[in-house]
Order: sequence, then C-alpha cells, then structure tokens
Amino acid sequence: MTMTVERHTASAAGGEERECAVRLDHVTKSFGSRRVLDDISLDVAEGRGFVILGRSGTGKSVALRHIVGLVRPDSGRVFVRGDEISALSGEPLARVRRQIGFLFQSAALFDSISVGENVAFPMRRHTPWPEAEIRDRVMAKLQSVGLDQDYEKMPGDLSGGMRKRAGLARAMALDPALLLVDEPSAGLDPITCEEIDELLLGLKQQQGTTLVVVTHNIPSARKLGDELVMLHEGRIAAQGPVQVLEQSDDPLVRAFMASSHSG
Amino acid sequence: MLELARSRAATHLASVGEFAVFAGNAARQSLVPPFELQETVRQLYELGLRSAPLIAASGLAVGVVLSMHTRASLERFGAESMIPAGLAMALVRETGPLTAGLLLSGRIGAGIGAELGAMRVTEQIDALEASAVDAFRYLVVTRVVACVIAVPILTTIMNFAGILGGFIAERAATGMSLGLYFERAFSLINATDYVPATMKTMVFGFLIATVSSFLGFNTTSGTEGVGRASTRAVVLSSISIIVANVVLVRLIFFLFPEAAG
Ligand SMILES: Nc1ncnc2c1ncn2[C@@H]1O[C@H](COP(=O)(O)OP(=O)(O)OP(=O)(O)O)[C@@H](O)[C@H]1O
Ligand SMILES: [Mg+2]
Repeated sequence: MTMTVERHTASAAGGEERECAVRLDHVTKSFGSRRVLDDISLDVAEGRGFVILGRSGTGKSVALRHIVGLVRPDSGRVFVRGDEISALSGEPLARVRRQIGFLFQSAALFDSISVGENVAFPMRRHTPWPEAEIRDRVMAKLQSVGLDQDYEKMPGDLSGGMRKRAGLARAMALDPALLLVDEPSAGLDPITCEEIDELLLGLKQQQGTTLVVVTHNIPSARKLGDELVMLHEGRIAAQGPVQVLEQSDDPLVRAFMASSHSG
Repeated sequence: MLELARSRAATHLASVGEFAVFAGNAARQSLVPPFELQETVRQLYELGLRSAPLIAASGLAVGVVLSMHTRASLERFGAESMIPAGLAMALVRETGPLTAGLLLSGRIGAGIGAELGAMRVTEQIDALEASAVDAFRYLVVTRVVACVIAVPILTTIMNFAGILGGFIAERAATGMSLGLYFERAFSLINATDYVPATMKTMVFGFLIATVSSFLGFNTTSGTEGVGRASTRAVVLSSISIIVANVVLVRLIFFLFPEAAG
C-alpha cells in the first residue's frame, strides 16, 4: 500500500510565534523486530488541540507514551515544553511530568484506593494543599466528569466508562498545561461522550490547556482537533486540519474521516 | 541443542545480573532520602503485623513438636531437666529464624509478587511514573525496608511462641510449672545465641522483598504472568534464604566462635 505523506507542521502554519508544547523529532521505535514508529516528526502547538487517528495497533498509544517519557525512542528525540524528556531521568524528569496529565487507555486507576483518593493522589504528592482544599478540588474534578456520587467507590466496582472518567479526573487533578488522553470516549454512551468533549474543549478554550487526544471517534476528533494526524504502519499518512484530511488523496484517510463511528 | 542450552544459560545469567543491580539500588536507596515514610509504615502493617498470627500459631506448633523430639532423645540420657534449655537453644539459634524465613517467603513473597505483578500488567506502575512518582522508591524500597525491619521482629515472636509451645507439651507430660520452665529455658541462652541469629533474618527479609519485588516489577504477559511471578517469588525467595543461611551461619561461627559452642 502506498501512502501519501502530507506535512503541515504547526510551526509552518502559524509561524514561529506559537511555542511547541510537544515535539517529536524523527522518532523511531521498535518492539522486537516490529517497527511501531518509523521516523515520526510532529509538533503540537501550545494551547491547541491535537488529535491522533489511526487503525488499531498502529502505535498511537506508543506515541503518547513517548511524550510522557514512559517509552524512550530507539532514535530521535522528544521535547515537552522545551525540555528533552527523552533524555531526562530522576528529578528533572519528574519536574516535566508534573506539568502533564495522562489518561491511560486502560485508565490505570490505583485499585487499592478509592476513586476520590485516586484523584487526590497527585495533589497529595505534589502540592502543600490542606486536606479540606484537596477534598474540595477532588469533588470539583469528579463533578466535571459526572462522578461526584462516587468518591468512596473502589475502582473495581466501576463500569468501564466510569473508570475512564475517573482516570480523566485524575489526569486533570493538577490542572496540567498539557493533557494527554488515550481514547477518552471509548466505552461511553453518546451523551456522556459529548459531555467529555465539551469538558476538554472548555479546558482548551478557557485555560489554554494543550490537548493531545487519541481517538477513534470522528465527531470528537472534528470538535477537538485544530490539527489532526493519521498514523498508518508506523508513518504519518496525513496531517493537517480536518478539511485537509477530508480532501486527502489517500482513500484510507478519506474513508476514516467519512466514518461516523463513535466509540 | 547445545546452542539452545547456551542461550538459556545466558538469559538466566543476564537476569541474575539485572537482579543484582535491582537489589543494589534497593539497598542504596533505602539509606538515602527522600524516604516514603507513610508508605513504609503501611507496608510494615501489611507485611509485618498481618503476618504475626501466622508466625505465632506456627511457632506454637513447632515448639510442641520440637519439645516432643527433644524429650525422646534426652530421656535416653536421663537428661529430661535439659529439655527446656535444649528446646530454647534450638529455636533461637536456627529453627526459629529459618522456619520464620520460609513461612514469610510464602506469605510475603507471594503477596509482593502478585501485587506488584498485577500493578505492572494493569499499567498502575506506569501511572505512578506518569504522575511523577518514582515507582521503584515508592513500591520497592518501602517493601524492602518494611521487610528488613519486620522479619527479625517476627522471628522473635516465633521464638517466644515456640518456647511457649514447648511449655504446653512439657506441662502435659510432667506438669512442670511455668516459672520453672522459663527459668530452665533461658538458663543457657545468652546474647550471642540470640543476636547474630536474629540479625541474619534481616538478610532474609531483604532477600524476600527484593526477589519478589524484582519478579513482580518485571512481570509480562497478563494475568498468567502475575500467577507465574507470584509462584516464582515464593520458590526463589525460599531457595535464596536456604542458600544464604548456609553462608550466614558459617559467617556467624567465624565472627562469634562462642556461638558454635
Ligand atoms: N511494551 C510493548 N512491548 C511490545 N510491543 C508493544 C509494546 N507496546 C506496544 N507494543 C506494540 O506496538 C504496536 C502498537 O501498539 P499501540 O498500543 O500503540 O497501538 P494503538 O495504535 O494504540 O492501538 P489501539 O487503537 O488498539 O489502542 C502493537 O503492535 C503492540 O503490540
Ligand atoms: Mg491504543
């Protein structure tokens, strides 16, 4: 299969005035003999919504894990807000990570503590806030994802969609400047899904949060993505705003964009 | 065939090397701040205090059996009055530490292997890292410190429970009074019997925690992997304790010649 590679980087589109929140610079990553990311370069502008699309198993989650430094590239570099996270360890790495909120595809809630304590965890670790303030803030975060009744519940007792939302609340706990979310709408009903999109959109518009969203949900991608990228077989198959992807010469990209599949 | 065996051996050797680095880091980081005090205390409770009933009950049973054996052998020499002292000596010097060590490799090793393994495969360890928490320090170092503190204390509990078990057997056999029993039991024991033998269980604690954390931390392939990590944690920490014990007893005899007397 031949792929047309279209590159519209953030810096090329908007000049150099918008600083890069995230930059992947010729990142290549293999697991065993399988090359999952093959020389990927992309820029995410500060305060924008960046959507990663692609079929299952094309390395979207792996790309996201590079940004938070959970996976290191075999070659190439990853920058977050000016710091080369792919070269950091120890306290400097932790300092960069404190600016990032991360929603795992599996939600990855700490299952030995309650939902509320999961959201409180980053606050307890990284802020001097007193107990009452933490409690208030946790309630506010839970409320924003519609889980304000579930503070005391244990993660094992939640439904899949609830786990996802609890994970999102935890990712937002410290009001990060950069929010990375892996399939936020997977397992959600259309109404809740729309509410989550509105929540993310609100963060971007009101607080200037940079969003990097992996999703299979095209309506969400349209709503959240100022810029979209489609990965295919380890490479970038298409990149640009919605209109560019819709008019791509690549039938796969067009087919992807035309689907109304949500979830 | 030879090729396969060689590559197998190389993999095992590489794991041993990785383990050495892992254990070395755990030892070093347990001595330098920042200390995860709250989490360490929680582990002391989970791994230590909650093992106490198992240890106490087993100690009693071991004491009863040991006393029956001691009676059987000492009666032949008409030395029944030595039963309490002989029993206490056997317990404090070797039976208590080794039995406690093996029981705890079972309980604590399986627990750590399964818990950390599950956290690995459900991405909770990654989630800790992504939340800017040093997962090794938070999960491994706290457990290692808790075990190094708890195992000697649990061993001491085992010794006391064993001596008490011995009393129960003795009482049933001869109706000996508690006062006389304890007087006789402790008549021969001194610090060189208790201190080195109990200190060596700090090494047992270190081995149990590092071996099982290593296996849990490096778990792969889902639920099946978690089960395997848990089983291997028990097997390998038990073996490592038995082997380390040989070396440690040799070392104690070398450093405290009176302990051999
Ligand atoms: N830690 C790992 N070890 C080995 N292989 C891995 C690892 N992480 C990811 N992979 C492989 O990398 C490929 C891409 O995985 P990834 O999770 O990024 O896919 P994805 O695009 O997120 O798919 P989905 O939409 O299904 O979530 C897969 O083939 C996967 O098996
Ligand atoms: Mg994925």
